[in-house]
Amino acid sequence: MIAESGSFLFCIAMTVTQFVLSGATLTARPSGALWWAEASILCVADLHLGKSERMARLGGSLLPPYETQETLARLQAEIDALQPRSVISLGDSFDDSTAAQHVDDAALRHLGALMSGRRWLWIAGNHDPDLPDIGGSHMEEVSRGPLTFRHIARPRSNAGEVSGHYHPKTRVATRAGTLSRPCFVHDDTRLILPAFGAYTGGLNCTASPLASLFSDNARCILTGKTTSTVPLITRASA
Amino acid sequence: MLPEKFQYWFARRGWCPHPHQLELLAQADTPATLLVAPTGGGKTLAGFLPTLIDLDRAPHDGMHTLYVSPLKALAADIKRNLQSPAEELNLNIRIEDRTGDTKQSARQRQRHDPPQILLTTPESLTLLLSYEDAPRIFAGLKRVVVDEIHALAESKRGDQLMLCLSRLQALRPSLTRVGLSATVENPARLAQYLAPNPQAARIVHADPGPMPDIQLLETAHPPPWAGSGGRHAAPEVMQAIREANTTLVFINTRALAELFFRALWDVNTEDLPIGIHHGSLAREARSKVEAAMVGGTLRAVVCTGSLDLGIDWGNVDLVIQVGAPKNVKRLVQRIGRANHRYNTPSRALLVPANRFEVVECRAALDAVFAKDLDADPDRNGPLDVLCQHILITACSAPFDADTLYRQVKTAGPYADLPRANFDRCLEFCATGGYALRAYDRWQRLMQRDGLWSLRDPRSGRAIRMNIGTIVEVETLAVRTRGRGAPLGEVEEAFAATLTPGDTFLIGGQTVRYEGLREMTVEVSKAAGKKPMIAVFSGVKMATSLELSNRVIAMLSDPVHWGNLPGHTQDWLELQRHISALPQPGRLLAETFWRADRAYLALYTFAGRNANQTLGLLVTRRMEEAGLNPTGFVATDYALLIWGLTRVTEPAPLLDPRNLRAGLDLWLSENAVMKRTFRSAAVIAGLIERNLPGKRKTGRQATFSSDILYDTLRKYDPDHLMMQITRAEAARGLVDYGRIEAMLDRIQGRIDLVEAPHVTPIAAPVLLELGKVPIRGRAQETALAEAAADLMAEAGLTDVQHQTIKQKS
Repeated sequence: MIAESGSFLFCIAMTVTQFVLSGATLTARPSGALWWAEASILCVADLHLGKSERMARLGGSLLPPYETQETLARLQAEIDALQPRSVISLGDSFDDSTAAQHVDDAALRHLGALMSGRRWLWIAGNHDPDLPDIGGSHMEEVSRGPLTFRHIARPRSNAGEVSGHYHPKTRVATRAGTLSRPCFVHDDTRLILPAFGAYTGGLNCTASPLASLFSDNARCILTGKTTSTVPLITRASA
Repeated sequence: MLPEKFQYWFARRGWCPHPHQLELLAQADTPATLLVAPTGGGKTLAGFLPTLIDLDRAPHDGMHTLYVSPLKALAADIKRNLQSPAEELNLNIRIEDRTGDTKQSARQRQRHDPPQILLTTPESLTLLLSYEDAPRIFAGLKRVVVDEIHALAESKRGDQLMLCLSRLQALRPSLTRVGLSATVENPARLAQYLAPNPQAARIVHADPGPMPDIQLLETAHPPPWAGSGGRHAAPEVMQAIREANTTLVFINTRALAELFFRALWDVNTEDLPIGIHHGSLAREARSKVEAAMVGGTLRAVVCTGSLDLGIDWGNVDLVIQVGAPKNVKRLVQRIGRANHRYNTPSRALLVPANRFEVVECRAALDAVFAKDLDADPDRNGPLDVLCQHILITACSAPFDADTLYRQVKTAGPYADLPRANFDRCLEFCATGGYALRAYDRWQRLMQRDGLWSLRDPRSGRAIRMNIGTIVEVETLAVRTRGRGAPLGEVEEAFAATLTPGDTFLIGGQTVRYEGLREMTVEVSKAAGKKPMIAVFSGVKMATSLELSNRVIAMLSDPVHWGNLPGHTQDWLELQRHISALPQPGRLLAETFWRADRAYLALYTFAGRNANQTLGLLVTRRMEEAGLNPTGFVATDYALLIWGLTRVTEPAPLLDPRNLRAGLDLWLSENAVMKRTFRSAAVIAGLIERNLPGKRKTGRQATFSSDILYDTLRKYDPDHLMMQITRAEAARGLVDYGRIEAMLDRIQGRIDLVEAPHVTPIAAPVLLELGKVPIRGRAQETALAEAAADLMAEAGLTDVQHQTIKQKS
């Protein structure tokens, strides 16, 4: 009954969560990436590539300089699994515009391999408003079918807005204790993605200004080994 | 020996110098001296007498004596106590303290024009040494006095202080060191810690004084089964306070101190002046209590470890310890607080807070009378503290690596430091020390003309902000709404659980949570409301192994119950009836359900560290066996594991052949390692500590240190920070040999009891601090359950939201 191996693998089938936003059927992935199968678009937010380099440049501490490698490896896994025709990076792809210039050759080669054979859109974020030419197109925002992709949600936007910026996270009390996970947040009109980058913290999605963007029936889709859905507003917090 | 003027001063006060005070004076030129004396033995005067005589002999420009104590309050207290002899002896000198509480203007003046005697803490000394003008500040220094060195030597604060002394000694080669210590098990080792290696310190022993008078407090209501508040004893404690002049009431944690303080007020019918003092209170509140204590206007103070050390409250004549003393040495030191007249015994009362603690307190008393003090474990100077020292050295001036290495080795805790370890620390400070990618362009330290210095001098500010080796749980300030007075602070995790309208206790008053504003918890007064329990915690202390052994001996056989109160004998009888009594040489295991959790209790009596390690190993077996563990807590006596499934066969979980497999992998993944990593990373300067007020409110900017740990484990597992973490965790997670010895002793003799509910001896374990979560399969299962419940409750079970299983 007790396995003799030192490592124990979780043999749980990976679950994803499907939902509809303004008529588009979208899939929230456990990794924090968004998949729009019909349009073959993979969307990720807030990669913050080059964060450790930027902190060192500003005289801060010398963090383990592996987050770019780690983030690209995660992105690679999603691209391998889904083979998207287009990838949209929703802004704050780099920790600042200088970080994009200083990205090392290995990372540039890796990025180049990921981009080749597909459309790649860099949406401008507050951290990286002016990116150097590293391939792909650069845009402030982009519309595809019923959806608009931009970095920061607008309080009075039209339906179908997909954005990042806030790094939403949520906490759920369970029998195994309180769990805190990065999450997608959406209602019938808008969706905010969790941060995909390795060195990114999170903002509790019940805090303002995040919570005030959503209607009462909004849901959080938690990332992790699998996805799970909880209401944004529970009876306890209401 | 003693100059006439000083003899006269002693005589006029009706005092006679103690032999150890004269001996210290005779040896004033010895490079290092350790004085071991009980509290109230005139230790402080012994330490300062050579200074006062020297300053009387000839005027001195600049700093003459530096005094370092582990507590801010102690520095302030010594200043008050030195001021009067200095005035009575007509010494024209300045005596000043310098701590985190000292005003900016005073700090500036102290740097430009240092007082003859400066009283400070290890952190403030470290900060002074980080300035470019450190050589000038300490130019005249002749003596350094380290107070309560027995307490410092157990911690990284002491290691940092010894590194500072090595630096001071390099600036002032003729510097002499005096260490003042309470009674300890091994004075020779403490002397080695203090002395500049390879020299040894001379040891002076004072007369240990009479045996203390300690008793268990009898109460009308028996203590409860579980809990650690001691509130059942409030009427008797109040009566003891009435009968004494001044009483110190010690409680193990801050939250419990708040609750007990409130319980005392409920029975304080005469409104006697009683104060509260603990580390979470605002500085203003603490100073007020300290001043009232000195002024003799308080009849009692309820306090935690914040008043634990050597403060000379002359008129204290009774010490009450609520809750079991976790360590016999600490108990003796606390008792030493009472009655500072050297030749009268100290008077103390022990108040067990639950039935189990009655047994513990009885065992502790027996140990005190057997003079069975706890030995401290051996430890070498930790490398995270060395990394901070290297960065701080660079802040003050460019340095040569060989010289710094030789200097560091003169510090007792670093006497055996290999050069390779020093070089790795230096490399970490300079380039990050990463195996696969180097910060060649953005180094923190650069070598120029053979000397190491900061690449960007502006980074010195961040390094100074990060000084210190105490990594606190993150806390938030608490204020009354509308720019009211600061009341203290609470842990951030506690603040996160509050919703407006919730009430909690702080500073002895009930307040209502109003909201969070600019990282401050805003509250309003809510007098008369019943508070939600205050859950901010103090330091978790481990009971010593010596005490554990005495406890199991007492529990196992009713013939040893004679000294226990009747209610406790009944309680043990009930344990024997529902379950069984733990026996030496066997292992008692109990299972029971409580709410929706299945519990497994293992009474190992192996000590907290061994139980913590065992907890990690057993939960790993349970994870593999599909028993869904979700967490555990280790105490000195027991290991309590909970999960979704009841264990029916504990023997395979404890089979030594199974336990060892995959040990290293499991250890590297657990929450204890991540906690250890965070603290090492903060001390070594890899991550900045969150300073109250300075913290960015752009919360997304900060991320958890767990992410750094996971990244290093994946890409750079042999990085210095990982090695420090493993070494550190090995100290907290006792080596595997101890567990094997325990398993060997029980030889598979496991007695499993399926209890109908929580048992008498399991009850106190349920409320222990320091629970370790297990992040395994059970979390996913429980999350799925909770998510489904929440969606149903909110009426959001719509069809368009679907979960699709895919093969991973």
